[in-house]
Amino acid sequence: MDRLNDILNIVLGIHVDISWFLILSALMMFIGIYGFLTRRNTLAILISVELMLNAADINFAAFNRLLFPNGQEGYIFTLFSIAISAAETAIAIAVMINIYRNLKNNFVGNLDKLKW
Amino acid sequence: MAQTIIFLILAAIILGCGIMAVTTKRIMRAATYLMFVLFGTAGLYFLMGYTFLGSVQVMVYAGGVVVLYIFALMLTGRQDKKNPTVSLAKKFAALVASLCGAGLFLFAIITHQFAENILTPPSEQTTPVSLLGEQLLSSDKFGYLLPFEIVSILLLACIVGSLIIARKH
Amino acid sequence: MEYTILILLLPFLSFLFLGLAGKWLSHRTSGLIGTTVLAAITILSYCTAYTYFTADRCADGSYATLVPYNATWLPLGHLNFDLGILLDPISVMMLIVITTVSFMVHIYSFGYMKGERGFQRYYAFLSLFTMSMLGLVVATNIFQMYLFWELVGVSSYLLIGFYYTLPAAVAASKKAFIVTRFADLGFLIGILIFGYYTGSFSFDFVNNLQMAEGTTPFIPCGIDKAIAAGGFILPTALTLMFIGGAGKSAMFPLHIWLPDAMEGPTPVSALIHAATMVVAGVYQVARLFPLWVTYAQDWMPIIIWVGVFTAFYAASVACAQSDIKRVLAFSTISQIAFMMVALGVCTEITTGHEHAGSIGYMASMFHLFTHAMFKACLFLGAGCIIHAVHSNEMVAMGGLRKYLPITHATFLISCLAISGIPFFSGFSSKDEIITACMAYSPAVGYIMTAIAAMTAFYMFRLYYGIFWGTENKELHTEHTPHEETIMTAPLVILSIITVGVGIYTTLAGFGLFEGYSFGSLISADGQDYRIHFDPSVASLSTIIAICSIALATYIFKGETQPVADRMYNAAPRLHRWAYKRFYMDEVYQFITHRIIFAYVSRPIAWFDRHVIDGFFNFLAWGTHTLSNNIKGFQSGRVQQYALVFLIGILVLILMIL
Repeated sequence: MDRLNDILNIVLGIHVDISWFLILSALMMFIGIYGFLTRRNTLAILISVELMLNAADINFAAFNRLLFPNGQEGYIFTLFSIAISAAETAIAIAVMINIYRNLKNNFVGNLDKLKW
Repeated sequence: MAQTIIFLILAAIILGCGIMAVTTKRIMRAATYLMFVLFGTAGLYFLMGYTFLGSVQVMVYAGGVVVLYIFALMLTGRQDKKNPTVSLAKKFAALVASLCGAGLFLFAIITHQFAENILTPPSEQTTPVSLLGEQLLSSDKFGYLLPFEIVSILLLACIVGSLIIARKH
Repeated sequence: MEYTILILLLPFLSFLFLGLAGKWLSHRTSGLIGTTVLAAITILSYCTAYTYFTADRCADGSYATLVPYNATWLPLGHLNFDLGILLDPISVMMLIVITTVSFMVHIYSFGYMKGERGFQRYYAFLSLFTMSMLGLVVATNIFQMYLFWELVGVSSYLLIGFYYTLPAAVAASKKAFIVTRFADLGFLIGILIFGYYTGSFSFDFVNNLQMAEGTTPFIPCGIDKAIAAGGFILPTALTLMFIGGAGKSAMFPLHIWLPDAMEGPTPVSALIHAATMVVAGVYQVARLFPLWVTYAQDWMPIIIWVGVFTAFYAASVACAQSDIKRVLAFSTISQIAFMMVALGVCTEITTGHEHAGSIGYMASMFHLFTHAMFKACLFLGAGCIIHAVHSNEMVAMGGLRKYLPITHATFLISCLAISGIPFFSGFSSKDEIITACMAYSPAVGYIMTAIAAMTAFYMFRLYYGIFWGTENKELHTEHTPHEETIMTAPLVILSIITVGVGIYTTLAGFGLFEGYSFGSLISADGQDYRIHFDPSVASLSTIIAICSIALATYIFKGETQPVADRMYNAAPRLHRWAYKRFYMDEVYQFITHRIIFAYVSRPIAWFDRHVIDGFFNFLAWGTHTLSNNIKGFQSGRVQQYALVFLIGILVLILMIL
């Protein structure tokens, strides 16, 4: 029982600092990138993009909170980022619905007509 | 101490649901996992004491965007082709690239010396909403009136644009 | 003498105007413009000649060489290309010849070319030709001569191909152009060798130059340098230039273009291919004559033997031709060869009264002058005949003396002149040539006398074939041949010149009065030389000419020609060979097609097609393959782009770290 207590003390004695947030957001970012690269459905790709966006948002907030607690820039930037990603999602989904209407599917492999 | 536990839990939720969101075969499940990731992110904001930001995250993302996804999924639900499978080589290439990138980032983050500020429990003084409102609508030195208005125009344009794009011809 | 520049400028302006604005002018207006300009420059040339020849002679008895204009056109270090006007006895004489014949042809063409399509173009080209030819003769340096030499070649090409819808005319114009171009290559190489070794292109060889005021003096000619570099250099350069001259003057074996050039309008044949352009080669040799005689004496037999052979060959071919213009063409070749031989037989520039070694120079220029007049008259007469019967073949003619009396008379006068009958101009000049040949070598003299006899024979064969003999009644009743005043007027003028010059020079030559003669104006050393005929030569050539004419009369005058038929039957093959011009064209065809094309051009073509093209095809193939392989980057797949993008970013970050 003492050993468990010790371990808990050691583990819980570690305090959360900025690098924790950064590591988390980096991992989240690359999860999103992996999804972006492997998914075939455009909606799924969009979901991956949301993951990446959120990773960035976490960074903004964490920088503000932990490195520059007297300012509000990161906070407000996150707000704007959320608004813009909402806008982006709206447009993207409209585009996808249109694609679906034309192609009867949503696979990104079919969308290479603009290469030339 | 409590922050550490909550952070770890939230991080586990975010990473686990994120991985599930990008790997699950069913797209509806992916959207659901995304919603959990978004909730986890909102939890992080709350943990940092940014309550307004967290509630915006919940309202806009979890409440708006995810619902939008689910509608879109239901609208485009019947695909006339089978979901094309991704070749293993491509998956592997993407995995390697992502891991390399992540490794690079983690290396950079760990080796960098940040300021030693630790996350303290939030207090009442942590960014009051009134201050935020003033800043958003002020045109002074730290005012964000112009971006605010621009974002409002952007949103309006998005509404109009998405209506035009998605309407039936 | 500054107004001489107008002699070049006016026809050039006329060419530009008629060439550019001719489309909107009527035939009459454009013809009048061309003819008026020609009349103006003819008057100017006569003024020039009068002023030049009545001016005082220099101290040594020669006429001064005037240079009214000389401008540096292209300065190239030590070697300058100049453009200018040089007046000396032969260039002034050529001005007279060219403008007179050209003026006659301009008038004549009013009638001959009436209603032809491209009448304005025709007059524009005539102006261009006149300008180029005048520029050639007044050239102050050999490069200017070459420049205008090519311009007359172009004008000749344009005018031979005037009826460009006829394949024969197109082929003839190309042939003329290509053959003379090949010859001109020799000319150009000769000029370059000459210019390289002497450091100058100028004609300032031996004559004392009296400079017009305000002109820059010529760079002294570096003949010594050329001689120091090797004794063979100047003769080589001169011989190469002679090849150019031989091409232009249709010397064997480069003569093949001239008979075909008869496809052009007949007045053009009279102007370019009888009187003026084809003697450019003779003029060139005469221009370089001091050099030839002084530095290339050993090489001059080339000129003689080329000339002798050409004269004989052309005369023998002319005996068998049936197309009247071809007969005249071969006659022209033969007569030009006479001039060449006359230049070649000179041994030195002798001073003193006898001119023993250089009488040929004077004789050649004299014959050039008289030949231009009577040959132009013959060609224009042939034009009248062709205009009247619409055919070139002798078969269509016969008995035309009733229908074309003036043409008949002038044609007869010119035939007598070319045959060398006393009191006609050809007699005096041809006699001088034969005298010069006799002085050089009796063998050459007798050969030339024999060829002169052949000349008389074939000219009268032609004459009887056209105006006497069997009349082609069928053809003539269909449309009665008639002549027009505007076409006969030039004939009359030219035959008056022929007769006038003939009577004057014959009387003076026989010593009946002491007048100026051609030699007073033009002689190798520039001094006053009075022509006196050698009685033995004169009587021999006269008797031989009369005999030939009598023979021709006996054979060809009658309605039926039993003798001619018997001769034909005796040697049908010879006749056939002569008629086919001894198959020279076929020899050329064989050499060019079977040998050059097959064994030179085809391998080169193969090399070009396979090796050179292959190399470029390989380049193209390489580029194509490479781009084919990398075009995958442009797949249009978003995710692939994103992957590449990501890798790029990672590499960048790695570099920054």
